[in-house]
Parts: sequence; C-alpha cells; structure tokens
Amino acid sequence: MLEIKNLVAGVEDNQILNGIDLKINPGEVHAIMGPNGSGKSTLAQVLAGRDGYEVHEGEVLFDGKDLLDLAPEERAGEGLFLAFQYPVEIPGVNTTYFLKSAVNAVRKYRGLPELDSTEFLKLVREKMKILELPQSFLKRPVNEGFSGGEKKRNEIFQMAMLEPKLAVLDETDSGLDIDALKAVAEGVNRLRSPDRSQLVITHYQRLLDYIVPDFVHVLYKGKIIHTGGKELALELEERGYDWIIKEHNEPVTA
Amino acid sequence: MSSSTDTIDKLVKNEYKYGWTTEIESETLDAGLNEDVVRFISAKKNEPEFMLEWRLRAFRHWEKMAEPKWPHVHYPPIDFQAISYYSAPKKKEGPKSLDEVDPKLLETYEKLGIPLEEQKMLAGVAVDAVFDSVSVATTFKETLQKAGVVFCPISEAVHSHPELVEKYIGSVVPYTDNFYAALNSAVFSDGSFVWIPKGTRCPMELSTYFRINARNTGQFERTLIICEEGSYVSYLEGCTAPMRDENQLHAAVVELVAHTDAEIKYSTVQNWYPGDEEGRGGIYNFVTKRGLCKGPRSKISWTQVETGSAITWKYPSVILQGDDSIGEFYSVAVTNLKQQADTGTKMVHIGKNTRSTIVSKGISAGRGQNSYRGLVQIHKNATNARNFSQCDSMLIGDQCGAHTFPYIELKNSSAKVEHEATTSKIGEDQIFYCNQRGIETQDAVNMIVNGYCKEVFQQLPMEFAVEAQKLLNVSLEGSVG
Repeated sequence: MLEIKNLVAGVEDNQILNGIDLKINPGEVHAIMGPNGSGKSTLAQVLAGRDGYEVHEGEVLFDGKDLLDLAPEERAGEGLFLAFQYPVEIPGVNTTYFLKSAVNAVRKYRGLPELDSTEFLKLVREKMKILELPQSFLKRPVNEGFSGGEKKRNEIFQMAMLEPKLAVLDETDSGLDIDALKAVAEGVNRLRSPDRSQLVITHYQRLLDYIVPDFVHVLYKGKIIHTGGKELALELEERGYDWIIKEHNEPVTA
Repeated sequence: MSSSTDTIDKLVKNEYKYGWTTEIESETLDAGLNEDVVRFISAKKNEPEFMLEWRLRAFRHWEKMAEPKWPHVHYPPIDFQAISYYSAPKKKEGPKSLDEVDPKLLETYEKLGIPLEEQKMLAGVAVDAVFDSVSVATTFKETLQKAGVVFCPISEAVHSHPELVEKYIGSVVPYTDNFYAALNSAVFSDGSFVWIPKGTRCPMELSTYFRINARNTGQFERTLIICEEGSYVSYLEGCTAPMRDENQLHAAVVELVAHTDAEIKYSTVQNWYPGDEEGRGGIYNFVTKRGLCKGPRSKISWTQVETGSAITWKYPSVILQGDDSIGEFYSVAVTNLKQQADTGTKMVHIGKNTRSTIVSKGISAGRGQNSYRGLVQIHKNATNARNFSQCDSMLIGDQCGAHTFPYIELKNSSAKVEHEATTSKIGEDQIFYCNQRGIETQDAVNMIVNGYCKEVFQQLPMEFAVEAQKLLNVSLEGSVG
C-alpha cells in the first residue's frame, strides 16, 4: 500500500528526514514513535504534500503510484488521509457543507457520482453513530470554538466520512484527557479493516494502549533506527529512548 | 509558517471578466465644466426652473471647495476640466418596450448575464436599467403603478413629481456636504427615483443596473428614495463596467428618507472595473450615500458587497432622527490587485432609544489596501442609544494592507457603544487543510472567504446573495492549475 524508499526531506535548508524506509501493507497499523524533533510530524506533512516541505531524495509509492508527484488534493483523492495535530478553524463554514464538499471532491476524483443531499445525510448519520457524535456538531462552523477533544473527534469523523486507504494520525493524542483519548481511539479502531492501513504518529505510548499497532518504529534524527512489535512501545515507555539511541550510535560490531 | 506564498500569489492574480466596450453611438459633450455645461445638462433634460437653479447653486458652491484629502487612498490629481459631463446613447424617442431598445445594448446586458427579459419573468424584479446617463428601459411599471409606487428615472420624476423632487432632493445630502456631493448636484446625469405611498409594502424588489460605457465620461448618478409612513421597500443596486484605459470618475449620491414606521433596505453589489495590476484604468468611485430615519420607529439598512473600483470612497450612513429608529450597515469590501478602498459608515444617533449595527468585513489581496472608517455619534438627547460595531479584516498574501479607523463621539452617558475588531490572515494552513480533504485550492479559498462574509450575505435578498457570492469568487479567482 505505502512504500517509502530512502526519503530525504526538509524545510528550506534544514534537512529533517535523512533517509526513511518504510513499508505498510493493507490492513496493517504502524506506529511511529520518537523523541521531540526526530521528524515525526515532518514525515506526516511530507506524505500529505504540504507546501514548503522539500523532498531532496527518495520516493514514495502509494498503491504503486508516485505519491510525491501528486497535489495534496489528489493524494486525498487517492485515499490518503491526515488527521492533523492542530486542526484549523474555518469560521462561518458549517461542518456539513465542508464535509459534503470534501466527500464529493474525493468522489469526483475517484470517478464516482457526487452524493445528493439525501444520500449525503444518510452517510453522515451512519458515520456519526459509529463515533457517537452529537447532531449539533454538523451545524457548527468547522472546528470553531471546538474543544481540543472535539477537534480531534472531528478529525476522526472526517476520516470515517472519507474512507481513506491510509490514515496518518499525527499526534492525535496530544492535548486529550483520558476519556477523550479513549473515545478517539475507539473511533479509529472501528475504522480498522483488512484493506485499510493506519500510520499512528505519537510521542507517548498511552495511545497505543488503545490503538494497538502491528509494528512500532523508532524515529531518531530523521531515520528509523529500530523496529519492533507492539511490545516495543511498552519497553520504550519503561526505558525511554536512550538505550536504542546508544545501540544505534555504537553498533554491536564495535 | 515557513511555506511559500506561491499559491496565494497565483490566486490573487486574476483578470476582470467583464471587460469589453459596446459600440453605441453616443452624444458626448466636450470635456470641461462651467456654468454653461450645467445649463446644457439641465436644458437637455428639459428641467423645470427650480432644478436648474439648484444645480447652479451647487456648482457655484463646488467651485469654492477643495477635494478631500483625508481618505487613506492615493491617486494622481484629477483634472476636472478634462472630464466630459454629459453622454447619452442616441435615440429618437424614449423606448416604450424592449423592442425599441438598441439591440447592442441588450446584448451587453446578456454578456453580463442579466438579460432583461429573463429578469422580468424569472426574478420578478423590476429593472430600471441605466446605460451611461440615460435610463433606457423601465419595466414592471404597471404592477407598481397599481400599488401606487413611483419608480422611474429621476429625470422623469422632475417632470412627473416635481413637488416631491424639490422637497427631498438635497434634504439628506445637501450640496454643501462634500466636494463630490456638490459636483454631483451640479451635473448629475440620471438615476432612480422611488416613492412608496403611506402604508404600502412595495410589491417587488426594485433593482437598477448601472454601467459606465462611454469613454472618459464621468457618471453622476443621483438616487432618491422616499418611504412614507408605514411603508417598506427593498432596493437592489448592482453594476459591472467594461475594461478601460483611462480612469473614470464615478461620483454618485444616494438619498433615502424613511418616515414614521417606514423601512428601507438598500442592497448593493458593486463591481466597477478595478484597473489592471498597476491600478491603471480603474474606476474612481467617490460616493455619498446617506439615509435619514426621519420618523419614529423607522429603519434603514445598507448592505453592500464591494469588489470593484480602483479607488472606493464610500460611507453609507444613517441619521437616526426619529425616536426608536434603527440603522444598519453590513459590508463586504474586497481589494485585490492595486485597489484601494476607504469605506465604512456613519451612524448619527439623534433620537431616543435609537439603535445601530455595523458589520464590516474587509478582504485584502494582491497589493490592495482596505481601510474601514466609521463614526458612531451619539447626540445629547439620544438617551439609551445603542451601537454595536464589528470590523473584521482578512488578508490574503503578504503585500496587502488592512486599516481600521473607528471614531466614537459620545454626548449622552446613557448610551451603550460596543466595538469589536479582528484581523486574520487567510492561512496556507486553512487552504492546506481543505486540500488534504480533497478540496481544490480555488474552491477552498472561495469556501473560506464566503464563510467569513456569511453574516453580510445573509442580509442580502436570496438571488442577490447568490450573485454576490459568485462575484466574490470571480474577484478572487486565479490561475490555479
């Protein structure tokens, strides 16, 4: 589904990613952990195609297509979704209108007929049930006046609506209390399926108690220096990152 | 945010979509202004004596006045003697129906997407079309006549209702008011006249489409709307202008009078040619619009969507004279390219329990400069007067500017005046957020801007709101691939 090969990227002259290799198969959930400044969010932004991030080397294949060659909205159309760490507010634009535009833009890209209002509302109701969101959500302007938890739930709701093949969750747990965290994680888990993959970026292990990954990668100075199973997350929580970094800096052969 | 502003640069570079000139033989007066020109204009319109006298008084006053320098706009000096003050499409007799209207003129309207025929049937809107200086088509007269409503060119009203014109013209905006109002009073070409009789709700929304077309001809519209006791009217004004090389001066005056319990709703969608990227050739729009809430419980509401003109200088105001009267001002002003706008409102509270609301949304893109200038004045006897003002500015790109000049003058301590102001930048992050959800950049910008302007659009009549939204989209359209 996603294949990242030797990805070197950064912002202006500042190189942040120093050769990332990562392969995600359909249905898999991968977690990326790492200390602050290791390049976790940069990876998310580069995958989504944010302006200002430059790729110097490497390639990213998404279902065999050259992802880096596509505009951000085309990547969305192909089925890449990014749940933002800091979802932006769009005053005056109600959530329903925004969602309908998004869903229909993506459908159009995929060559599907646009949904009319009735079909759209049916889909909305279906997805809202999964996430147990109040109806009032829809009438409010996008993220405006939302609490931190509401914003993150709105991200997951959008993810449910857009049915991406690959969802990248960028520090979705940041700023959430434990109840909000559980609610968000539950939403994410319900969207898990054999043909959908998730890339969960997080600083803390606690999110991974609720979204259980198949693989955990440790990112350090823009490189994946260690990969393990879900138990690695627990080990990191206990021992921190230093031991891995040490191992990385002093290879066993030395 | 370290990201580049390429996207936004692309977005704000767009060209005026309504640029062309229709070839219609016009009868144009040589450039220059003196008493003879004023007499010529008056004679051309076969005006009664009082009108000529009034024009001459205005002209003599204007000669002693100086152009205002206080607005936050810059332009080369205007040579008022280089402007022609009269231009009219040639015609034999006044057309009785659309069949008699110059087909080329109708074609022009078609291009603008406002075919009169369709307007008549679909929208149920009576259109008093001003092409250059003379009204060429007036529709729905009969329905209005039945209701007793007078809706006609002001040049016609001076003949059919001289007593009303004499009584009210200059009663809200006297020719001594300001430089451009004086100029307009001396040489006004034409405009609309509306009179709604006592207790009458005007059976349809009234609309006028203006269009400047003759080269180098100043347009001096003069509109006068009078609502008698307990009456109501909604008036729509919209315009687009063709592409030009030379700057064109547009100095209109609009006067509204609302008597006891009367309500006037005046909506404008303005799209004069803004000039090229350097601001060359755009319209100078120096307008005086003012309403008088003369009687108790009267209400005047201005709603404007301004996307055009090289320079806009415009402050639709309300004088709240009657007790319990209400004044409202809702505005969206867009400056793109090198446009400059200094616009806002004045709310003058004289009567008791008078209330006013100001909602101003400025959008600056390209190298546009957008200034809000507002005055809330509470007079000594205006007990319990209230005002709420909200002035928001949105910046698109990093070469534009937004400025706010709010003035408050309080002479009664029981008054309550609130002012809120925000400045925001349309974020690459907002656009990216939409992109990430599959929405293309242009659609994203339209969505974000329309959301920002929502409060104002909600004030517009339905079909006009749709038009305004489209216009806004077109104004900010770019070459996004």
